[in-house]
Amino acid sequence: MQTTSFRTEHLSVFYGQYEAVKNISLNFPEQSVTALIGPSGCGKSTFLRSLNRMNDEISQAKIKGRIWIEGEDINDPSTDVIQLRQKIGMVWQKPNPFYKSIYENIAFGPKYHGVKQKKQLDEIVESSLRKAALWDEVKDRLKQSALSLSGGQQQRLCIARALSVKPRILLLDEPASALDPVSSSKVEELIVELKKELSIVIVTHNMQQAARISDYTAYFYLGTLMEHNETEIIFTNPENAMTQEYISGRFG
Amino acid sequence: MKVIDEGPVQVQPARSARWKKHHAEDLAGRSYTFICVALLIVIIISIIYFVASKGLATFFRDGVSLGDFLFGTTWDPEGNQGEPQYGVLPFIFGSFATSLLAALIASPLSICASLFMTEIVPGWGKKLLQPVIELLAGIPSVVYGFIGLTVVVPFMRNVFPGQGIGIAAGALVLSVMILPTITSVASDALSSLPRGLKESSFALGATRWQTISRVILPTVLPSILTGVVLGMARAFGEALAVQMVIGNAPHIPRSLFESASTLTSVITLDMGNTVSGSVHSNALWSMALALMFMTFIFVLIVRLLERRHRI
Repeated sequence: MQTTSFRTEHLSVFYGQYEAVKNISLNFPEQSVTALIGPSGCGKSTFLRSLNRMNDEISQAKIKGRIWIEGEDINDPSTDVIQLRQKIGMVWQKPNPFYKSIYENIAFGPKYHGVKQKKQLDEIVESSLRKAALWDEVKDRLKQSALSLSGGQQQRLCIARALSVKPRILLLDEPASALDPVSSSKVEELIVELKKELSIVIVTHNMQQAARISDYTAYFYLGTLMEHNETEIIFTNPENAMTQEYISGRFG
Repeated sequence: MKVIDEGPVQVQPARSARWKKHHAEDLAGRSYTFICVALLIVIIISIIYFVASKGLATFFRDGVSLGDFLFGTTWDPEGNQGEPQYGVLPFIFGSFATSLLAALIASPLSICASLFMTEIVPGWGKKLLQPVIELLAGIPSVVYGFIGLTVVVPFMRNVFPGQGIGIAAGALVLSVMILPTITSVASDALSSLPRGLKESSFALGATRWQTISRVILPTVLPSILTGVVLGMARAFGEALAVQMVIGNAPHIPRSLFESASTLTSVITLDMGNTVSGSVHSNALWSMALALMFMTFIFVLIVRLLERRHRI
């Protein structure tokens, strides 16, 4: 693994006195999927949220260490968090479309980043929905409420919405765990397709999913990074006995 | 889909002592709650019947025409200037004017206060404002009226032309009274929003202002409107505080700073001076009926808003 433009350096996250993430240095190679696995409460979601400064919204959260994105330390006071978040898309476990039309959901982000012309917005909406494999299902009802879509469609809409600002990195927090198996596999296919253009970091509780779609896997335990390697190695021949136990379902 | 018919289900319950005990408990609880509900329904229906029978008597027994009642502008129930006249339009106007104006004053304040409590400073903002708002809601209306009379009315008199009393003073007092209603409904709605909604907006690079104005407020708008309608309903039905500051002249005022009346203020003022069964007394009941009718309409609006919100 060579050092890439997206990595963390000795990153620790505190909630008050509690250290939720402990001294983690991780690389996220381009055009690849990195899966973060580990038992609930192991800090992987907190880690993910710190990557686009979502923890800013939690007043007690404190960050130590660095997060580098394209040569920029994202926690530097001079960093424009608005521009930073344009580079990083994020999708949550529960689909959370805005209470607006399908079109407005996708156009929301680009509008704030200066896209004014209707024609340009139309193009962004179409290309984002195509990338999220949703275009054919919704192209005739773009003006309808996003809440009229099924759960799986809503989640793909959220992915399309995240893609609308042309991010370089996509953060996914258990994106398929609230979906039925068919929708879930559609989202997985989508992730594999999307990694051709982006680096993807995904938190998942589903070991098969991690094995299927990721190139690298990081195993978290109690805020510590226990093991990080190519997914194939982690799932066939992990160095750490605890990793072995976790992925085989004996623990966690 | 294939339906599997297994025939009538054969259940042979073992009616042990325990089963009987649980069954008796269940029955007792069910009966008790049913009686409570039945009592409520009986009370509500009798109130409606009572008010309606008295209120409708004005039109059916005393022969006052509904048109003259609703659209007449002269209120002279004792016939001091010739024929008694029962026009309540000035009061209907007064009620609508004060409550609409009160909602207009209170809504922006309440919405901003609830945003402050839930979005801007959810920590101490909520800790500080929540008790204040509960306190506001708990102050008796006579106290509001008293403060209105000694503070608001003189202020109005000094700043605006006129006596100080009138619709403006009434609306100002009412707006403080309905602040808690709108604020608590709005902040409940805001704090029940899924966190992901807000975060998605942030993650797309929207600022806090953009997130609040474009995502949060449009999403909770129906709930906020519900709060506003509930506040208006409270303002519409409030009698005492308004009566103390509005002046109680039975005319449609030419300005907001001229003495006026509302349906409720006339009812409380005249109530003691009428003989039961007289046309005057019945006319007051008709006004009560009109008030009740308006309450139903407010409830209906709230229901419609809630239904729209669910979709």
